[in-house]
Amino acid sequence: MSSAMPAPAQSRMLLSGNDAVARAVWESGVKVAAAYPGTPATEMLEAISTYPDVYAEWSVNEKVSLEVAIGAAYSGSRAFCSMKHVGMNVASDALMTLTLTGVIGGLVIAIADDVGLSSSQNEQDSRYWGRFGHLPIFEPADSQEAYDMTKAAFEVSERFQVPVILRMTTRICHVKAMCTVGERVPHEATGFKKDPARWVMTPAGAGKRIPLMFERDAQLRAESEASAWNVTEAGSDRRIGYLTSGPAWMHVREAFPNAPVLKLGMAYPLPIEKIKAFAATVDELVVVEETEPLIETEIKAAGVACIGKDILPRQGELAPAVIAPAIAKLLGEPAPQGAAKTIPIAPAQVFPRPPTMCVACPHLGVYYTLSQIKNTYIAGDIGCYTLGAGHPWNALDTTISMGASMGIALGLDKGRSDADKDKRILAVIGDSTFMHMGMQGLLDMVYNGGNVTVMLLDNRAVGMTGGQNNPGNGRDIHGQPAPRIDFAKLVEGLGVKKERIHVVNPYELPKLFKTIREEIKIPEVSVIITDQPCVLVQDYVKQHPVEVIDDKCTGCGNCVEVGCPAIHVMRREKAVKPSGKEVELQFVQIETAACTGCNLCVQPCAPGAIVPADTSKPLRLIKH
Amino acid sequence: MENQVTNILVVGIGGQGVMTATEILAEAAIALGQDVKKTEVAGMAQRGGVVSSHLRFGPKVLSPQITCGTADLLLAFESAEALRWCHYLKPGALVLMNTAKLVPPVVNIGLYDYPADPVEEIRKRGFEVRAFDAMEIAMSLGEIKLGNTVMLGALGDHLPFPAENLLDAIVKRFSARKPALVELNRKAFAAGRAAAASQQNQKEAA
Repeated sequence: MSSAMPAPAQSRMLLSGNDAVARAVWESGVKVAAAYPGTPATEMLEAISTYPDVYAEWSVNEKVSLEVAIGAAYSGSRAFCSMKHVGMNVASDALMTLTLTGVIGGLVIAIADDVGLSSSQNEQDSRYWGRFGHLPIFEPADSQEAYDMTKAAFEVSERFQVPVILRMTTRICHVKAMCTVGERVPHEATGFKKDPARWVMTPAGAGKRIPLMFERDAQLRAESEASAWNVTEAGSDRRIGYLTSGPAWMHVREAFPNAPVLKLGMAYPLPIEKIKAFAATVDELVVVEETEPLIETEIKAAGVACIGKDILPRQGELAPAVIAPAIAKLLGEPAPQGAAKTIPIAPAQVFPRPPTMCVACPHLGVYYTLSQIKNTYIAGDIGCYTLGAGHPWNALDTTISMGASMGIALGLDKGRSDADKDKRILAVIGDSTFMHMGMQGLLDMVYNGGNVTVMLLDNRAVGMTGGQNNPGNGRDIHGQPAPRIDFAKLVEGLGVKKERIHVVNPYELPKLFKTIREEIKIPEVSVIITDQPCVLVQDYVKQHPVEVIDDKCTGCGNCVEVGCPAIHVMRREKAVKPSGKEVELQFVQIETAACTGCNLCVQPCAPGAIVPADTSKPLRLIKH
Repeated sequence: MENQVTNILVVGIGGQGVMTATEILAEAAIALGQDVKKTEVAGMAQRGGVVSSHLRFGPKVLSPQITCGTADLLLAFESAEALRWCHYLKPGALVLMNTAKLVPPVVNIGLYDYPADPVEEIRKRGFEVRAFDAMEIAMSLGEIKLGNTVMLGALGDHLPFPAENLLDAIVKRFSARKPALVELNRKAFAAGRAAAASQQNQKEAA
């Protein structure tokens, strides 16, 4: 959470890119800011919500957040909207016609690309939206630029009456760097002016706006040519000149301190004449851009010879360690020498440490149960519960996009071949994802007579992004009371039969198991709602921890299958069952210092070896 | 051009306080008027994943990322993570590490093995190691959460600025947030510093 709010003007602080944008949004006099949480963009709106004089909201999805911002900008107020890269796929329907109407109040849309895939399902390049939507793009390289360019973007947005994209990446959003901040300047709105020819996009109206968009393109190209954000940095080594934008600029400067560089800050439309002039001053032009070859393709089409993705990767970050060897090869030099450019010591082979579900997570009960039910296909969705695809549960078979579990489950049902005729189809979706984009899919499933059992995991938070509030937990972005949606009523309203809707406590394994077993046999749409809160949010109440009685543990390993990180295997032994089958026994202990007493492991424990911990002794930290 | 930037890599797993420790270290460098960049490579770190926090400071810092083979110091909150990241160091550089072993579910269920002797494996790669049980030290002071400050204390004598500057940053942070804990943190810092120093003495004696 930002601490920028109390800082006076001229303060120089260590700010993340997200916090720097938030400060600039506040200083720019923005009236409305809206977003749906998504890594790495989440903290922009979280920070904005701590400032006074800005209306901030968690919207139910990115499209709604953009539409809220558009309405505010139509009314002449300044507006801001932020999202992760894939969020724009959802919001793009509004974006692609917004470009025709334009705006009155400045509208800046921050899109955060997850270059390097820290927490996303793909690595798409959001700079395409500028090209697709005829919209200018600013590309900051660090926190100070994120701050400065946000302010510049509002100015450009108002001057050209065009929404502006601020293209962030994980390496800007989450890097903390020094940033000097300024003063807030209130922005006076003009008020909404009725103008159907502009605001009502019928075919006739849109047809008249398209030529205006092309005129604006030309004006923005001229702006880009003259922009002080597109700047040439002189260098003594003219063998290669670098054309770059965003965080790649820092990496280029780090790796090649003596090279000439043309840095694009207002990176779209491209300043072609400036680029041509720069290219003429160097022997070879290399384009360094994350991730797709957009600049490269466009300047080649404009007749500028350059090298780009034929030597640099189209995936991931272009860190110094990536670009330096590629350039050395281009120059016909040996691989870079010296500690700075090589890896002197080979990395050690160490086990992977993938993210896990938390101790006592309510999803553990769901996935433990799903892993015990055979003959299923389980369509998954996006959130913490995507981790159910991993060990030890292996209980999730698909994930592509927000809300997709609904449609994919219906498609698996309707598209099933004879080979799958006995398969039970389930869908697993979280509360927030369901409200984001799952409700329509469920409606479709009901309307079209699907045979799917939907697990709606209501943990009362947007868990994976840090437990943000949503309409399911009755709190707004500030933690203040808000209307709380009733999921059972909601799904009934979407047409699910009342007797097919069950609200189950996911810590009560026998009931959960029985309910799922019964519902998957009924060839209709069922919805099983689990109703216990995320262990990381305020609604969660810790219970008395449990421990293992060593003498009673038979090593059956049932509790290990729950997948709780507080359960530790301390000893393994080979044994032969009466049937002659060889098994590995796993003798366990529970880290009582971490255990919150959810009792999930107690229930499958065959010998009853897991009991309430003796808390008169110090809580146990497991030492391996 | 002489590279005057100091590169410190701080590693561990989500929830151990790696990012906070790096933030305090950054505050110490800022107080000395340095340019600072701090970046995490943390894939869903809150869920028990690997966290590696890169801190670079000096007169002017460009790229926030430490390139493999250029780190001046590695501060590791967990043993296997020390081994995982040690190749980021300059040859022969110093590893300050907690001997705690945090075993993830993939090891727990038998899919992978935990390295038998991480300290030895790091030494074999030519790095200097000071290993100590930061949690034990913290518990002896009566509060497990002091482990973070113990780790920073271990770093105290190995920075390009005096340990007192780092201690000042810790004291400043706790004075603002939890003044009652300032004295305990001073003790934890001193204990961490002593733990790292005593290993040096052992080595010299040997």
